[in-house]
Amino acid sequence: MADPNAENLLKTALYDLHVELGAKMVPFAGYAMPVQYPLGVKGEHLHTRAKAGLFDVSHMGQVRLTGEHRVAELEKLVPGDIALLKPGRTRYSAFTNDDGTILDDLMITNAGDSLFLVINAACKDDDIVHMRANLDNGVELVELTDRALMALQGPEAANVLARFAPDVATMKFMSFGEIDIAGIPCFVTRSGYTGEDGYEISVPDSDADKLARLLLAEDEVEAIGLGARDSLRLEAGLCLYGNDIDTTTTPVEGDLNWIINKRRREEGGFLGADIILDQLANGADRKRVGIKPEGKAPAREHTAVLDQEGNEIGEITSGGFGPTVDAPIAMGYVAIEFAKPGTKVDLMVRGKARPAEIVALPFAPHRYFRG
Amino acid sequence: MAKKFSKEHEWLEIDGDVATVGITDHAQQALGDIVYVELPEIGKKLAKDGDAAVVESVKAASDVYAPVDGEVVEANEELDANPALVNESPENDGWFFKIKLSDASQLDDLMDEAAYKAFVEGLED
Repeated sequence: MADPNAENLLKTALYDLHVELGAKMVPFAGYAMPVQYPLGVKGEHLHTRAKAGLFDVSHMGQVRLTGEHRVAELEKLVPGDIALLKPGRTRYSAFTNDDGTILDDLMITNAGDSLFLVINAACKDDDIVHMRANLDNGVELVELTDRALMALQGPEAANVLARFAPDVATMKFMSFGEIDIAGIPCFVTRSGYTGEDGYEISVPDSDADKLARLLLAEDEVEAIGLGARDSLRLEAGLCLYGNDIDTTTTPVEGDLNWIINKRRREEGGFLGADIILDQLANGADRKRVGIKPEGKAPAREHTAVLDQEGNEIGEITSGGFGPTVDAPIAMGYVAIEFAKPGTKVDLMVRGKARPAEIVALPFAPHRYFRG
Repeated sequence: MAKKFSKEHEWLEIDGDVATVGITDHAQQALGDIVYVELPEIGKKLAKDGDAAVVESVKAASDVYAPVDGEVVEANEELDANPALVNESPENDGWFFKIKLSDASQLDDLMDEAAYKAFVEGLED
């Protein structure tokens, strides 16, 4: 295996900690990242659903937008109603382009005097160029390159974090606060990428190692790598940019209609609005769906999906094994007439058609804290 | 009974003209939690270095190659119900299939236990 140290990879503020914990480090989006720890992908996955897992997601981009017109300007690039987003609230959205397809998905927080964005690692440089080119009217963009980002996820996440910061206990899903955790000034959102309750915590690089060690010292908390992060988000039915959504998929095809808020449907005014609003009104030709193989063989990304007559009707975009459901799971795109849950399809795995069924997402129920 | 090892991290236990084949402890550790094993059908003729089986972890599918030419005479059905046997007992209960050798001289190309151990240590340097 290639030595991740030898490839000029970037290191997060938690790199030394990962190595000390015995992580298997792999290159990911230009960073050396932990794919798993000695507990293993399955153990880490199940631990997160049972107790709490700590994830290093510092490779993701953190951006602050300031300027009086920041909301209206950002709305040119995303289909969400950002004007409706109250201070201290967070929303999932996507950057669209002129084709109506997706440049990246992101989290947008109204931090009061600014907008705080979290964008994908592999897209962050392009996203920043895109924003700088399109945000006018005095909007200023600052990339927060001196901050780490970690996620604490799982049913015990709130109990654990409240020991260091009592205020986090009452935060609701998709809310934000600038909160001191054990005296360290953090940006905390109650959100995540596992389907579980939990938090994403932006912390100065200089304090990241200290905070991570504090949290890992709690009995309930284990370090979790990118491997389990992927199986957790797939069970939760959440999209992975680059697999399930990209510049070939629109939000409507991606079953993300809910991110296009009412006022934006009426007014448009975001890139690709003509195409996206037409699909909203008239339907798209295909749709992202959950796919459950009937047997035990996982079907991986790029597996062809066939109808009962053997015609190709779509493709799997994320597929693997779900440790919590203890079965293979997948999501992908199928022609719209096959998108209804209960529809029988076949998956072409290693030259053999294997039965599967279209199912509603998620595979594992979301357990967010809504107060 | 002689045990032989391939550079693809398979072991073979030879009994007359039949070899029992599985993956090594080193291989199962590298793969992580095994969630599915696809075994060859009985009667299937395998060619040395050709596809023989597939082993899947949570994250990825990996091919298992035939270490020798031969015909599959038995497959470990236990692995259908309990693929984790490959992690728990890779070189005993977690065997994959039994193959009737077509050319016993191919065994000479494989490593003995000491040579395989040295081979794995070389990979870790």
